[in-house]
Amino acid sequence: MATRSKFSTGVFLSQTLNLLKTPLHEFHVSQGARMVDFAGWDMPLLYRGIIAEHQHTRKSASVFDVSHMGRVKFTGPDAVKFLNHLLTRNIAGAAVGQSLYSLVCNENGGVMDDVIVSRLEKHHLMVCNASNRLKLLAWFDRHRPGFDVQIHDETMQTAMVALQGPKVIELLDAVLPEPVAGLTRYHCMVQRYMLIPFTVCRSGYTGEDGVEVICGNSTALMAIKFLLKSDGEGAESLLHPAGLGARDTLRLEAGMPLYGHELNETVDPISAGLSWAVAKNKDFIGSKVLAGLAQHGTPQKLVGLLIDSPRTPRQDMAVLAGGKPVGRITSSTASPTLGRTIAMAYVLSEFSEPGTAVEVDLRGTPLAATVTKLPFYKRAV
Amino acid sequence: MASPTDRFYTETHEWIKLQGERVLLGITRFAVDELTDVTFVELPAIGKILAVGKAFGEIESVKATSELYAPVNGAVVEVNEAVKKDPSTVNADPYEAGWLVAVKTGPVDTSKLMSAAQYDAKFNIH
Repeated sequence: MATRSKFSTGVFLSQTLNLLKTPLHEFHVSQGARMVDFAGWDMPLLYRGIIAEHQHTRKSASVFDVSHMGRVKFTGPDAVKFLNHLLTRNIAGAAVGQSLYSLVCNENGGVMDDVIVSRLEKHHLMVCNASNRLKLLAWFDRHRPGFDVQIHDETMQTAMVALQGPKVIELLDAVLPEPVAGLTRYHCMVQRYMLIPFTVCRSGYTGEDGVEVICGNSTALMAIKFLLKSDGEGAESLLHPAGLGARDTLRLEAGMPLYGHELNETVDPISAGLSWAVAKNKDFIGSKVLAGLAQHGTPQKLVGLLIDSPRTPRQDMAVLAGGKPVGRITSSTASPTLGRTIAMAYVLSEFSEPGTAVEVDLRGTPLAATVTKLPFYKRAV
Repeated sequence: MASPTDRFYTETHEWIKLQGERVLLGITRFAVDELTDVTFVELPAIGKILAVGKAFGEIESVKATSELYAPVNGAVVEVNEAVKKDPSTVNADPYEAGWLVAVKTGPVDTSKLMSAAQYDAKFNIH
């Protein structure tokens, strides 16, 4: 058996490189998680099983360690001006406690990363992808001259967990000093538990309701153990740990892009269906190119595909129409919720209409597929 | 968990169990754990000739696609329909209910294959 995998695993690498460990590493190991190298971090791929963790998240509550993601703090008089120069979203109007999904683009409009920027009382906090953190820090440094802004990478001093699922809010409101039920989506608040501050943001990457919590390194392990115990222990409890495997299948059902799959420096946010996250009324790096694309349309578009086969295509496999290549797969999985194979793909815009019949070339085997609107899954509100 | 001692193993994580003139073929618990939840198994048709070291099928999981390599020469005489219908059988029971194909062989040269003890030692399985 020889594996083509999107996650490289320690066992098959046969050597453990100098992987970074999150403050919750000890917890993952104690839970019997299978650890994998993800963007240079030793992260849990799964605890019990990807499909089981996926389904548990959809019906109950899961906690994901996402401490590998970058957390970068911006302060100084020009912080807003600087961020607005780099971000596709206009953050000038953001209120304290507001979070915005945005892209960071290069001069050609290519996506360098997708991020969430939150305005807190005294600073702005950016959460970025683990794989792009160092690249972004270098990019910020390059563009900093002329701006009175301080940039502090807090990734190694903090931990971050995502609590996701329909039961998360009631579960948290039973234990937290301040209720999070009143926190609207893409808003955040700072709370204290026994004097220890932490930031709670109503956001996530699963298509479920939930929050993402940032706290200091030293409190993370205690906090996660406390939360998991708070609703009882064992299989009957509402909250279970879930790994990066389930996080990937959940975000794919929710039609959310993953950097390195749907997004990279050769694709622009307009093609990726993210024009809603590109401001039309401000100048930023890449704005001219993006304005042109928004006006004239893009040659290709990101679409969903429903595949009429139990087989799962992999990234970069060709999408065909009439036997000719018209696109490529970016992500695919056997969807646990839909019970069928789903994929995201870039296709030429003339083939992007929902209902268009295409084929996926799985190493010579054509799989019939139909273009569909994203997302594949939307939670009942 | 130690691998069953009544069969032979390959470095690419297939196992074979000798049954007179035929062998039963599957993949190991280690391989299954590596794949995670299996979603599809592509197996050869009955009559297909397998050659040692050559790919003869594919296994897909929520995480990865893997090729299966033949540990023996021979002709496929039976295919596990249960696994085709419910690929999670491979996860649940890789050594018994989750076998993949039966192959009719001549005398099997086991000198290039590993015993359970050798396989477990090589991949640090206890």
